[in-house]
Amino acid sequence: MIKRDLVIVGAGPAGMAAALAAHDAGVKDILLLDRDQYLGGILNQCIHTGFGLQYFKEELTGPEYAERFIERVRKASGIEVSLQTFVVNLTKDKVLTCLKPGAMLEIKAKALIMATGCRERTREMIFVPGSRPAGIFPAGLAQKLINIEGLMPGNEVVIIGSGDIGLIMARRFTLEGARVKAVIEIESKTRGLVRNVVQCLEDFDIPLYFRHKVSEICGQDRVEKVRVVEVDDGYREKPGTEFEITCDTVLVSVGLIPENEIIELAGVYDVNNIEVPGLFVCGNSFKVYDLVDSVTRDSEKAGKLAAEYLGSLK
Amino acid sequence: MSLKRYDVLIIGGGVTGVSIARELSRYRLSIGLLEKEAELAFGVSKSNSGIVHPGTHNPPDSLKGRLCVEGNWLMREVARDLGVHFEEVGELVVIFKEEERKELLRIKKDAEILGVPGVRIVDRAWLDEHEPNLNSRAIAALYAPTAGIISPYRLVYDLAENAKKNWVEIHTSHQVTGITRKDDFEVCTDQGVFRSRYVINAAGLFADEIANMAGITDIKIVPWKGEEFMLDKKKTGLTRQLLFPLPTPHSKGTLFIRTSDGNPMIGPTSYEARSKTDLSTTEKGLNEVLKNVRRLVPSVNKGDIIAYFAGLRPKAGNDFIIRHEGSVPGFVNVAGIQSPGLTAAPAIALMVVDLLRKNGLELRKSPTFQKHRQPTEHLFAIPFSRTKKLIKQDSAYADIVCRCEMVSAKEVRDAIKRGARTMDGIKFRTRAQAGRCHGGFCTTRLMKILSQELGVPVSEVTKRGKGSEMVKKERGGK
Repeated sequence: MIKRDLVIVGAGPAGMAAALAAHDAGVKDILLLDRDQYLGGILNQCIHTGFGLQYFKEELTGPEYAERFIERVRKASGIEVSLQTFVVNLTKDKVLTCLKPGAMLEIKAKALIMATGCRERTREMIFVPGSRPAGIFPAGLAQKLINIEGLMPGNEVVIIGSGDIGLIMARRFTLEGARVKAVIEIESKTRGLVRNVVQCLEDFDIPLYFRHKVSEICGQDRVEKVRVVEVDDGYREKPGTEFEITCDTVLVSVGLIPENEIIELAGVYDVNNIEVPGLFVCGNSFKVYDLVDSVTRDSEKAGKLAAEYLGSLK
Repeated sequence: MSLKRYDVLIIGGGVTGVSIARELSRYRLSIGLLEKEAELAFGVSKSNSGIVHPGTHNPPDSLKGRLCVEGNWLMREVARDLGVHFEEVGELVVIFKEEERKELLRIKKDAEILGVPGVRIVDRAWLDEHEPNLNSRAIAALYAPTAGIISPYRLVYDLAENAKKNWVEIHTSHQVTGITRKDDFEVCTDQGVFRSRYVINAAGLFADEIANMAGITDIKIVPWKGEEFMLDKKKTGLTRQLLFPLPTPHSKGTLFIRTSDGNPMIGPTSYEARSKTDLSTTEKGLNEVLKNVRRLVPSVNKGDIIAYFAGLRPKAGNDFIIRHEGSVPGFVNVAGIQSPGLTAAPAIALMVVDLLRKNGLELRKSPTFQKHRQPTEHLFAIPFSRTKKLIKQDSAYADIVCRCEMVSAKEVRDAIKRGARTMDGIKFRTRAQAGRCHGGFCTTRLMKILSQELGVPVSEVTKRGKGSEMVKKERGGK
């Protein structure tokens, strides 16, 4: 079994900030794990600007923001990075079981920081009725397809929910030559940042329907159209307000939820009440933040707390 | 244009068709199977709940009743030979009022006439001990210990793989367009003509249309919809047995089901669909299923649901139709195979073989028949000690593609080698994309693996066959 002072799971903005803060506070035996092939996490697919306004007082793209931390992580002599490393188990004693190509490892951590980020809520979680053809994507997956894989998911798009990723993708699809026909939001105000509504929808004349919902997705093999209906304050459908929009693609952007499946394996179900000493949760896996700048600040705190905890063991 | 000649040609690649194909492959025959979809099990079978019924829900004088009990027994051997996970979990038909006891006893009597082993009435104390999360207002239940669970997709794929090994030729993406009869049958498809001495119609929802092509006009298939809702794997241990309410004249009611993959499932609904291709789910269906299932297990939450889908039962009256057509010698209809069709499949296969024998097909055992199949490995189903051994054999077992369901790149490539051609085909075989993130994280990786293994551009990867391409084009392309 491998033994380390501090193990950090997740090398996105949260994990890197936590690692650097702990390192600055004197921890010199840090193992930073990520399941992907590169550092930076989801920032790599966020090629739009708007990152770092608070933390760096500069406007950066996602990859630029990540790069500032990646450089420091690479230079920090006490931080070892292990990529393509997938955690499959965690015990109450902070023993991690990990898979990486060719190996299964057991790692005992004196202190452990979980920086596992969040995942998108899905169409299934909001119970959109209808069929299940090709052409329905969580907005973040569509972002990855375009920005990382160089693939165009569709030509005529309807977006369910006004979450930030959906708004960003409305602009991205438009810039790529697709037609974004509508954003359908069941609430009476946007879930995303106001600046994204202005810069991603209004600047491109994309209609945003508040108090509306998609009542059915139609299509056999590929999405063909959606049915849209207005709802009242109790989310009940208003009769006679139904209309259809033809489209070949539906994006779903209805919020994010923290990914905490790993700590559940160790019996921890509430991030505000962690009974395992030396276990910390930070960034979007603690709470979904609007800005990456806040993720960084929150995670730096976790890094410092982990360093203090390790200090208290001596 | 191909002009293949078979002894037996089976139309339909669901659990019925492949069970018949595999059973026939024990004999020295040339056998073909046609499936219109891109992969097997993409029709009725893909929405099956995976219950291996004990035989408690059918009238004693029905084909369903006899073949279900026989199939339940035979399924164990099929699962053993093919290395498919089968688990005997037992079932409970639960009652809440004393007035319902009479009906429960009637069901028990029917089951006993059919020879369902071990059925008995269990009381509240038994339920407290053996099914702690069952509604405390349940007063008694009929317990049938031989009920089991199996993965419906893996059963079909593994039967087909074994049939292929025993020389059955399987043609997917072949839609039958006409049937004529000279000395042999000539079955026309959109990809060529096939000749055969015998034709078996196992075309599921479309069995009436296929029968019509052969001149049989008295079969009508009504698509009967069932919406099912899958719960998060975290809820795996919620129940121990399969839970049924008292059945209604039209259906078995809303069930709480354990599945072979670990995720509990609730459903199904039961009503006539708009068409044979209407697989939409509805808000009404969701509300009905939730309300009904909470009578059985009150702690079920809407938030536990991670996926849902609809399936269509091919309903042709109340019973199966399995018969050799005297007016079209050599033509066998296997129609109306709704529940308990999956359970009955091995028994249906034996019955069809017998019908063929009685109608002139000479059956000589094939000396080369191999009944066993190398089992497929699934990391989610094995202990870490076994995973460690597998990683030593092939490092790609440690390359995890699907995080929610823990599926490795090796399992995905194996699935493609064993016949997966589409994203749904990978999902059904491996569970990648079937977890709580719904493919949000693994879709791009899976598309790339499919593209590499099949040697097609990634933009041509489909969800479930032609017309369902995952993306429209490459960025900047036309």
